[in-house]
Amino acid sequence: MGRSGGIMRWKRMSAFRFLVPSGSPTGIKRLLSTDGLIPRICIVGSGPAGFYTAQHLLKHHRLAQVDVYEKLPVPFGLVRFGVAPDHPEVKNVINTFTQTARSDRCSYYGNVTVGKDITVKELQKAYHAVILSYGAEDNRTLGIPGEDLAGVYTARAFVGWYNGLPENRDLKPDLSSETAVVLGHGNVALDVARILLSPLEILRKTDITEDSLAILARSKVKRVCLVGRRGPLQVAFTIKELREMINLPNARPFLDPTDFKGLGDVVKDAPRPRRRLTELMAKTALGEPGEEVAGRWASASREWSLKFLRSPLEVLPATDGKRARGIRMAVTRLQGSGEMAKAVPTGEVEDLLCGLILSSIGYRSLPIDPALPFDSKQGIIPNNLGRVLGAPGLYCSGWVKRGAVGVILTTMNDSFDTAQFVLEDLQSGALDVSKAKEGSELVRSILQSRGIHPVSFSDWEKIDAAEVARGKLAGKPREKIVDPQEMLELISH
Amino acid sequence: MATSSAVNLLLRAAVASCHRLPSTFRGVARLGSPGRFFHASAPARLSSEDKITVHFITRDGDKLTAQGKVGDSLLDVVVNNNLDIDGFGACEGTLACSTCHLIFEEDVFKKLDAITDEELDMLDLAYGLTETSRLGCQICLQRSLNNMVVRVPESSADVRQSVDIGKNP
Repeated sequence: MGRSGGIMRWKRMSAFRFLVPSGSPTGIKRLLSTDGLIPRICIVGSGPAGFYTAQHLLKHHRLAQVDVYEKLPVPFGLVRFGVAPDHPEVKNVINTFTQTARSDRCSYYGNVTVGKDITVKELQKAYHAVILSYGAEDNRTLGIPGEDLAGVYTARAFVGWYNGLPENRDLKPDLSSETAVVLGHGNVALDVARILLSPLEILRKTDITEDSLAILARSKVKRVCLVGRRGPLQVAFTIKELREMINLPNARPFLDPTDFKGLGDVVKDAPRPRRRLTELMAKTALGEPGEEVAGRWASASREWSLKFLRSPLEVLPATDGKRARGIRMAVTRLQGSGEMAKAVPTGEVEDLLCGLILSSIGYRSLPIDPALPFDSKQGIIPNNLGRVLGAPGLYCSGWVKRGAVGVILTTMNDSFDTAQFVLEDLQSGALDVSKAKEGSELVRSILQSRGIHPVSFSDWEKIDAAEVARGKLAGKPREKIVDPQEMLELISH
Repeated sequence: MATSSAVNLLLRAAVASCHRLPSTFRGVARLGSPGRFFHASAPARLSSEDKITVHFITRDGDKLTAQGKVGDSLLDVVVNNNLDIDGFGACEGTLACSTCHLIFEEDVFKKLDAITDEELDMLDLAYGLTETSRLGCQICLQRSLNNMVVRVPESSADVRQSVDIGKNP
């Protein structure tokens, strides 16, 4: 235990760095003597955007009280429900979020749906500022015939299912088809493909749900084809995820050499991320693999491929009219070049037979309260650098602010930015704190009158401990509880 | 605070060794529990000669000077010395983010250990990438690096004004 004790201390200390306000004594005195009122700030959503916003506010304001509201009983949003189970190192950010939540000036209220259990207007009555960080809970749809046939799933639901998101726990996808098509060339598409192709003995040691493991164990999927409307120079996934696919045990990449010929020259002067990503694809497609890699690929029983310049037209029904039998795609060509290139149909059509189709063409945010301005075209809250347009005291951060793109780092920077603008507004007086607000006191009484019982952070820590204990029995980091009712019973709500 | 410095002392002992990941570890890393790379090896006897001094130039242009031992990573130096760099080391040194991105002077950069593909992959996502960028968690202190100056890059495209309430204006 000595070793893990050391680790815990490291984490605790590293997190303290974020929370201790770094101020000179004179500055603090000045602040206390002039504006000693406590700014009460509430954050809607407990994913990375919510917690990074909270962290920055607590660190750079020594009085602010920051409360985080979450729809689910459990915190951390996409870190828990989006990050792939075989990427545990990405989830290390939870250690920092946990220290933020344990701060004396931060409270967590899970199991509270803003827009339903309590309105944004009511929150604004209780708090000086409300920051919307509730992410992107919806997905773009294909809008093609046959999209509702059995065998067609959104990658969002599939990811939610294997990560134990309560609303997707009963998805039970049918994996009886040997060929799966993933529509989309982003990181979620690669995550989904990797989970379908990964050897079970790897997944078994992750926090993937028990139910998902059982269904994946019976999977017949041998080939995963990732289809994109545009070309190799427009893929949206990042190189780390691509390299993982290439190095996946028991799966062989099939990249058509003709897609990559001459691309090395084209990207010579491209920005480094695009250049290295393209070079890795081209090397895999055109290069001679070393002996070891060639041997591994030759004996692999599964395969994945990238298909370019195809735009889905229709999911083809099987003879029963209920199940998907394949997908019809328009062959496209590129108009323009680079990141902005557009795919236009050539008129040619191609069918691909497959019984499993996962659409992974992007997430989008939803309006959670009719009183909120919302840009339904872009799927975001209209804002200027995180200040919600035409709504003083309202802010936003993360995906609901700028759309569902980017990695955790992007959201971290973006959330720090929003928090910084809140601090600026506090300093300039644009955000008026001269009138004291009741904060969570008021919210709790409203919730109580409506029969809503919030889950506290220490409640979550009980759920967390139970999950870790269950996982231990199975040799996993945790076994997630997928039923919210069971979570609430565990903390005797 | 007395407790905090006591904890800090314990910490220095706990985070003694560099957790630079050889690329061959990555398969294992994916499966590992968080924090498995933080070895708590026995504290080395510290003499002043063992200490390597590093100067960090922050986003605000301030200079933070700190010391570490040979073998410590630059992430260790930041954590052990409680240096105030927002968001640094989010994935705790497991090559899963690029928040410990640092920019080196050219002659120092040349002295650093070779870079792995995996580090390059994460650097590709870093803000303000330069020709002499590296991830702090992958750089281990060696004697030849004593007194090096490293720069913390701008964190985003927006020019964020530094407002710190409780600090001098």
